[in-house]
Amino acid sequence: MNETPKPIAGTASYLDDRLGAGSFLKRNLRKVFPDHWSFLLGEIALYSFIILLLTGTFLTFWFKPSMGHVEYQGVYEPLKGVMMSEAYASTLHISFEVRGGLLIRQMHHWAALLFVAGMMVHALRVFFTGAYRKPRELNWLIGVLLLTLALAEGLTGYSLPDDLLSGAGLRITEGVAISLPIVGTYITFFLFGGEYPGVDVISRFYTLHILLIPGILLALISAHMVLMWVQKHTQMPGPGRTEHNVVGAPFYPAFMAKAGAYFLFTFACIAGLGTFAQINPIWLFGPYTPADISAGSQPDFYMGFLEGALRLMPAWEINFLGHTLPLSVLIPALVPMGIIMTGLALYPFAEQWITGDRREHHLADRPRNAPVRTSIGMAAVTFYGILWLLGANDEISTHFHIGLYETTIIGRFAIFLGPAIAYWITYRICIGLQRRDQDILSHGVESGVIKRLPHGEYIEVHTPPAEDIAEHMRGKKQIQIVPGDDDKDGIPPKGVRGPIGKLRAKASKFYGTDHVPLDGDGHHDGHADEHAAVGAGDKPRELH
Amino acid sequence: MTDNELPGPDDEARVPRRVIGTPAQGTAVLGTRPVETEVETPGVTLPDPADARKAERTVTLLFFVAFLAGIAFIASYVVFQVGSLDKTAVSNAALGGTLTVALLALAAGVVVWVRRIMPKYNLVQERHDMRSDDDTRGYVDETFRAGASESGFVKHKMMRRTLLLAAAPLGLAPLVLLKDLGPLPGTSLRHTVWKKGMKLVVEGTGQPILAADFDSPGGILSVVPEGYEHDLNALAKATLILIKFRPEDLKSGTIKNWTYDGIVAYSKICTHVGCPAALYEQTTHHILCPCHQSTFDATDGAKVIFGPAARPLPQLPIGVDGQGYLIAQADFDVPVGPSFWERGDAEAEAREARGNQS
Repeated sequence: MNETPKPIAGTASYLDDRLGAGSFLKRNLRKVFPDHWSFLLGEIALYSFIILLLTGTFLTFWFKPSMGHVEYQGVYEPLKGVMMSEAYASTLHISFEVRGGLLIRQMHHWAALLFVAGMMVHALRVFFTGAYRKPRELNWLIGVLLLTLALAEGLTGYSLPDDLLSGAGLRITEGVAISLPIVGTYITFFLFGGEYPGVDVISRFYTLHILLIPGILLALISAHMVLMWVQKHTQMPGPGRTEHNVVGAPFYPAFMAKAGAYFLFTFACIAGLGTFAQINPIWLFGPYTPADISAGSQPDFYMGFLEGALRLMPAWEINFLGHTLPLSVLIPALVPMGIIMTGLALYPFAEQWITGDRREHHLADRPRNAPVRTSIGMAAVTFYGILWLLGANDEISTHFHIGLYETTIIGRFAIFLGPAIAYWITYRICIGLQRRDQDILSHGVESGVIKRLPHGEYIEVHTPPAEDIAEHMRGKKQIQIVPGDDDKDGIPPKGVRGPIGKLRAKASKFYGTDHVPLDGDGHHDGHADEHAAVGAGDKPRELH
Repeated sequence: MTDNELPGPDDEARVPRRVIGTPAQGTAVLGTRPVETEVETPGVTLPDPADARKAERTVTLLFFVAFLAGIAFIASYVVFQVGSLDKTAVSNAALGGTLTVALLALAAGVVVWVRRIMPKYNLVQERHDMRSDDDTRGYVDETFRAGASESGFVKHKMMRRTLLLAAAPLGLAPLVLLKDLGPLPGTSLRHTVWKKGMKLVVEGTGQPILAADFDSPGGILSVVPEGYEHDLNALAKATLILIKFRPEDLKSGTIKNWTYDGIVAYSKICTHVGCPAALYEQTTHHILCPCHQSTFDATDGAKVIFGPAARPLPQLPIGVDGQGYLIAQADFDVPVGPSFWERGDAEAEAREARGNQS
């Protein structure tokens, strides 16, 4: 293009005259974004959120958040004449009497699942690559808050249609809230406007679901984006990539177009699911009544771990001085969620304390190169996964012909053993992968060429790995360890004195010790022949 | 990019006056200077022009598909009406299918465009420490302290303290305002609507139950109080399961004189978190809550034999009226449903009260 078209140039000048947008654009139009498939996971959540806002707004045009009783007179024959809440009746109306209503409702539900799932895998990516480290701890905290709020947003959302299934979820929510010590009954009565179910909870959840929580989500997501923009994205180690630069594609035009395409893909995926994969067919469940339930009731997937925890728990309850502490509800409702969310929130700070590392980190770790972190992460994933699976233990029991109680009893052991086993296995895999890297760097990769040595031995020629792969491997960083050894007078260094300090020194050594240091070329003894065998004429084979 | 176009004071004379209707010289963000795109820039690898031309055909085709699918979406909206299960299914498939194809084709088109027509980029940008330099920090620190002194906030102690004092009740005000969200629990959780003489009716049909008709051992009914069939608040606590046993099947956990002719009434509301314990296995006499699989032995006072529930399902004293219909003899003597802080060991208290009566 030789000349900017008049309308664009004119508008741009108009805006720059008033906003000074030029200097911002000058700095940012060619802002560089590093490329890696795993950097796209968070975008799934972002785009799902936009689709949630769009589809959700559409649904509010017809949905009536009221628990007032009406007799159903719509077009769905099986429920004609049945008494139900206005909320349920209007959801049926959206599903059957508004063109595109069912599609948008199903897309909204699928987008919600994708929103939470996107956040989860994005959080895992950030965790396993250590992208939460300084200076990104605050953005990590915003992320943890976003995930928590998304769960609350989901819970308030799927309760709204007031069908038999969502009512079961609401009932469990009430049962959990009322079990809280001291404040439980008050919280429940304030939430439901009196005794369960009352006539207020749907309209209150509606306000929370369409105004308060999305408002906070929107603000936090914006903050999340701004911080990412200002701090620049982390990048994977590779050729030319350092802690002090960003290598990748410019925002304008490449990243912008890619992001747009990715938004469209997410949108298409959700539209496809909304069309072809039925979700939450509320007309099959019937209106809510606290007297009934259907077997096999399952919450949305992100609530499954809480459901599993409730099912797993033995019947512990303490009575003292006229008060009741229902541990069989409190522990599963609060402890797993507490462990996971608090653990996520505190991890960057705990790691910083253990390693004493106060440096900025912009190069992402490969998970294998931080084996303890990766193993802790996998232990947490296993903990979550077992609870999640047990949230469907009745389905597991039915489909795999295992006794229902056996699934629970196995689960009670698995919840402790599983994470420990996962930790150990992950640790071994990390060390194994590090050894492999080390091996490739010092011995090269198999070339497929067999050579006969002068004394008759046959060897396979190894060639050095492709440069970008080698660089990727050499990007391994030492994890910092707090100095813990006593000086010559037998006095331990500052920061590791006293029992807590000693613990810190131990933890640091455990966390940071590199069992497979990359020693480059210093590992050759005994294999010199193999490497020498790579002749000048042998073209190093590219490794992909 | 426009900096070097700004006219310096020297060449003021050479710059022509602005013609009305054109942007002022040098103020455009997107200037009019020709941009040389075909020049090799480091980190920017231009695509092969022949391949780019081929890719253009693909992109064009995809965008055209998206256009057609978009048209089809609007057409589907007009053509396919809703109003019955089948019609809705057709409308849903048509609208959703066309929307999916349109979005997918558009997305695929943009991807081909980015990958095969736009250059490959490997640009490098420097990072800078997030931290401001020491001079800036020093300046901010000084300014902060100067401002604090100027404002008098530090010096005037009483003012500072009363300001905090004033803020405290205002901070509490929003919490106070929430009080009317609901009534206080009081003793409402300890009672249900059941009272002496109230008829048991079948959930759904509202039919009263003749004890003589409910005579097959192993039979089970979901039962609600007469007059409260549609009162969800009442049902959330008062719903019962009614089970008929052979009298010899009943064990000591069940209070025999609260049964009538082998018919026992238990609260249907699970003592774990309140789901209706709706599943009953006839051969084992087990009541199972489908939510978290708490299992109760119906022959033995519905005591817990598995799962997270800590207490048995409360039993309701029942009898018959003059015409032989099942009625309640009293309310439950313990709170039904999930445990709560103020509940205490209601079972022990109830046992004691029962002991005193007899």
